[in-house]
Amino acid sequence: MIGVELRKLVLRPRTWVSMLLLCLLPAIVAVFLATADFAPPPGQGGAFLSAVIGDGTLYPAAALALVLPLFLPIAVAVAAGDAVAGDAATGTLRYLLIRPVGRTRLLTAKLVSVAVYVTLAIVVVVLTSLAIGVVLFGTGSAPGAAGGTPAAAVSLSGVQLSSSSLVLRLLGAVLYVVLSMVGFAAITLFLSTVTESAIGAALGGLAVLITSTVLETLDAAAPVKPFLPTHYWLSWLDFFRDPVLWRNIDHGLLLQAGYILVFFGAAWANFATKDVKN
Amino acid sequence: MITTRGLTKRFGRVLAVDSVDLDVHEGDRYGFLGPNGSGKTTTVRMLLGLVYPTGGEIEVLGKRVPKHVGDALPELGALVEGPAAYPHLSGRRNLSLFDAAARGARRTRRARIEEALERVGLAKVDQRPTRAYSLGMRQRLGLAAALLNRPRLLVLDEPTNGLDPQGIKEIRELLVELNREGTTVFLSSHLLVEVEQLCTRVGIVDRGKLVLQDDLGALRAATGRVLLDTPDPGSAVALLDGRVEQRDGDRLVIRHDDVMALNEQLVAARVRVRELAAQRRTLEDVVLEVTGPGSDSFGEVR
Repeated sequence: MIGVELRKLVLRPRTWVSMLLLCLLPAIVAVFLATADFAPPPGQGGAFLSAVIGDGTLYPAAALALVLPLFLPIAVAVAAGDAVAGDAATGTLRYLLIRPVGRTRLLTAKLVSVAVYVTLAIVVVVLTSLAIGVVLFGTGSAPGAAGGTPAAAVSLSGVQLSSSSLVLRLLGAVLYVVLSMVGFAAITLFLSTVTESAIGAALGGLAVLITSTVLETLDAAAPVKPFLPTHYWLSWLDFFRDPVLWRNIDHGLLLQAGYILVFFGAAWANFATKDVKN
Repeated sequence: MITTRGLTKRFGRVLAVDSVDLDVHEGDRYGFLGPNGSGKTTTVRMLLGLVYPTGGEIEVLGKRVPKHVGDALPELGALVEGPAAYPHLSGRRNLSLFDAAARGARRTRRARIEEALERVGLAKVDQRPTRAYSLGMRQRLGLAAALLNRPRLLVLDEPTNGLDPQGIKEIRELLVELNREGTTVFLSSHLLVEVEQLCTRVGIVDRGKLVLQDDLGALRAATGRVLLDTPDPGSAVALLDGRVEQRDGDRLVIRHDDVMALNEQLVAARVRVRELAAQRRTLEDVVLEVTGPGSDSFGEVR
């Protein structure tokens, strides 16, 4: 069934259009940065942007920082919200179930398919932004020092990073972001089993996201902050510190695993016992 | 093939299906007949494990449903409340996905898809996405999906919806042919004509209750009356005085058990006979006798 869901994912125009849009935002930002020819002051326009001017190989990290807060979650919410509710709305859900596809098997395949979609989207964003970064900003030879050692990116802590270390850190960051997104997808997938409206489920997921972001800025909500789904989302930045700051990353991984377990469990409990009437 | 005992489904305060005892035998062409909203579709969904019963027992192909429905479904094909397909994909691609979902053998997949498409009259369909299909084509594709696994039992809910008269006839002939090859057909419909023309056994459901279940032949028993069309109605009435129940121009309804004896009597009296036939109950008579108004009507029609 996982194979079937993946084939559906690949055959769906929406998959590719959404990925194109995800790549478009970093591309637009990069073009503006390159033509303006002055670095934004640190703290403006997203992490890494000021460093990128000097080194295009850092641009993938900057691109992740650009798409992560809103673009990527919207794409994930649309995909996960559609997972069960979309099939329910077109009526294909009942035909899958009587093929037969067991309800647990179907739900698992749906989550795996969303996870693959997220991974693919992030990898595509990273690769295109790497290409864009290298083309527009070069590969990190310091301005004026012609023939200087290339590919020596600067970490957030100000230490030089070798390019192999950068690749490893980027890989870690990508995996971390994927897991964060799958945790969010599990919440939306649960909503998708509750309603027959794909758009309703997606909006529900985004409502959770917005609520979580708002509470994050609220001091009064301090006691629940460590448990908010978005609380550790930005901790992937810690992969680019030297040495890697593992504390928040560990907490983030644990929290997302918890969200996946709880909400996938809830989705399963709801879907496995539900009358399929549409 | 299908047995239910006391099958009941309650949605909140609404009793949708009320203690239904279905009995479908192997080789039947079973017509599950009832007005709109009488619980037909809910019953079909329960047979397929989509909706869980509130009470009662179901056995399909010898397997308990919903517990072991996964063992029954591979030998069953179904069309439930209209066909459904992924709108942006072609018909063949849809069938291929559905077959892969059922873990159908990949080696025979293409052949089975072509066979199913051919049976439902879509053999030459092009690569257009199913969203561009007409209602009739969708219905045929849905039937093809039901036939993919060469099922022993077909459960079809309103299968001729949206088809033109030619299409309805083709589907009927297809179902008769499949039945002759050994497939049991369970057809749910609110169309009397459809059931009357296709089925050998009938179950009639009304407001969630199974009010009648019998062979169609037995239901359509002679009424003990004979219909006579004659150019000499006056002499016929004079001859059969007292037995004529109704007279409408040249047409008479006569209370009589034996058509042959009556014919002899008429001929002997030199009453010319244009048409003479035993009256049989139509399925419509039977249905109207055992059912009330459909649950989609509220109040009497004036």
